[in-house]
Amino acid sequence: MSTPNYQLPEDFYYTKEHEWAQVDENIVTIGITEFAQEQLGEIVYLDLPEEGAKYSQGESFGVVESVKAASDLYAPVSGTVIEVNASLMEDPSGLNDDPMNNGWLIRIEMETEKELANIMRAPDYRKLITK
Amino acid sequence: MVDFAGWWMPVQYRGLREEHQSVRTGVGLFDVSHMGEIRVTGPKALETLQWTTTNDVSKLQAGEAHYSLFPNETGGIVDDLIVYCVKPNHEYLLCVNASNVEKDFAYLLKNNRGATIRNESSDWGQIAVQGPKALALLDLVLGQDPQKAPSKMKPFTHGELSWRNDQTNVTVIVARTGYTGEDGAEVFVPQSKTVALWNELLEKGRDLGAEPIGLGARDTLRTEMKYTLYGNEIDDSTNPYEAGLGWVTKPLAKDFLGRTHVVAAKEAGLTRKLIGFEMTERGIPRHGYVLKSPAGETIGVCTSGTMSPTSGASIGIGYVTMPFAADGSEITVDIRGKLVRAKVRPTPFVDSGLVKLAAEKKTAAAKLSGN
Repeated sequence: MSTPNYQLPEDFYYTKEHEWAQVDENIVTIGITEFAQEQLGEIVYLDLPEEGAKYSQGESFGVVESVKAASDLYAPVSGTVIEVNASLMEDPSGLNDDPMNNGWLIRIEMETEKELANIMRAPDYRKLITK
Repeated sequence: MVDFAGWWMPVQYRGLREEHQSVRTGVGLFDVSHMGEIRVTGPKALETLQWTTTNDVSKLQAGEAHYSLFPNETGGIVDDLIVYCVKPNHEYLLCVNASNVEKDFAYLLKNNRGATIRNESSDWGQIAVQGPKALALLDLVLGQDPQKAPSKMKPFTHGELSWRNDQTNVTVIVARTGYTGEDGAEVFVPQSKTVALWNELLEKGRDLGAEPIGLGARDTLRTEMKYTLYGNEIDDSTNPYEAGLGWVTKPLAKDFLGRTHVVAAKEAGLTRKLIGFEMTERGIPRHGYVLKSPAGETIGVCTSGTMSPTSGASIGIGYVTMPFAADGSEITVDIRGKLVRAKVRPTPFVDSGLVKLAAEKKTAAAKLSGN
């Protein structure tokens, strides 16, 4: 199987469940990777939390569904939701088109940057999806 | 996200929605070689099948086929199947679900009434060709004899045709059956020739837009028709009547295994019924989700659900208690702890090719009778 050239910015963090996290001081923007959207196929439904909701690292904060299947979304780090990409819920196709940029899902205020040690950087994530 | 289960299989080739639409508007090819084939022969073939299936096999003439069920001793369903009559009384070919082949074969041997029963599953490949352009494609590949071309065959009949080209001259069985709600056929081909036939169908079908269809679209296509899937809508504990399969259950015509249980459950009054529903609020129903009344009491379970690629609506199939089974009934689906509203509705969910054909026939018949 050939490995497409996925965008995997070096300064992002990644989870084994295929979320990405971009860290700007204590604010973390979260989305799903290109690999994830490709595996899911056409995304037709998205459920995201409300602002103010709190999640622990690894906790499910929402769900994304393709025609075929539903998959949970997991928080890469613990924190409080401060912004939600609500327009995506109306038209989740943006998640297929541009998952790494305009298809971001939520922004959270991170509790502790220590948890970043528990998730991956780009080289390890690349290994995970190319094996 | 973790659960990508199944996506490593050919669940999709080009994309589920594109594949789905190809079958609804053009023609799609399904490799269904995993389906099981069991041949029942000999002077006791009919007697054995009358006992081990629910539909009335004595009605089948040579070349005809019907949908049926293997009933168990307690009034449940061992599997669903299609019975193809090769020679009345003497020879029948059964097409059964892949995951149930061994169970079905053992069941037939156990309840045999003197027939010769052979599991031919490894001898046959099977390619389903489905869609409004399916018969045109089948004629291109298997229609050398115009009198016997696939498009000349009636729905739910089958026959042997020869598939000839420079390298090949083999006999295949073409059956005008399918699992999509579109016109077309299922072609049984000797196992070693399956890939060659697949390639020729793709090649000759290029101008018609033929393309391979994965298991994902196979499931959304059958869900839009409310066709049952063994393991979802029916299983060992399902009464055929509650599943809406009374039309293939013939207790007045004959005796069959578990008949008294099947009939007793119906006479006692069914407690639940398989219905179709459509979400009226945002959300997609899935297999196993609990169905509830608007007040929140549990009334049943969702057996299959998806977003309909044809209509865009969120649709589901499920069992509900009788008070909620009528079209228009308001129900809710427990989606991850949230009660999301839905409404029971008539099925099929979409106007597929076969639905339109049936409507045209009805109109023509009404005209003939002077209405």
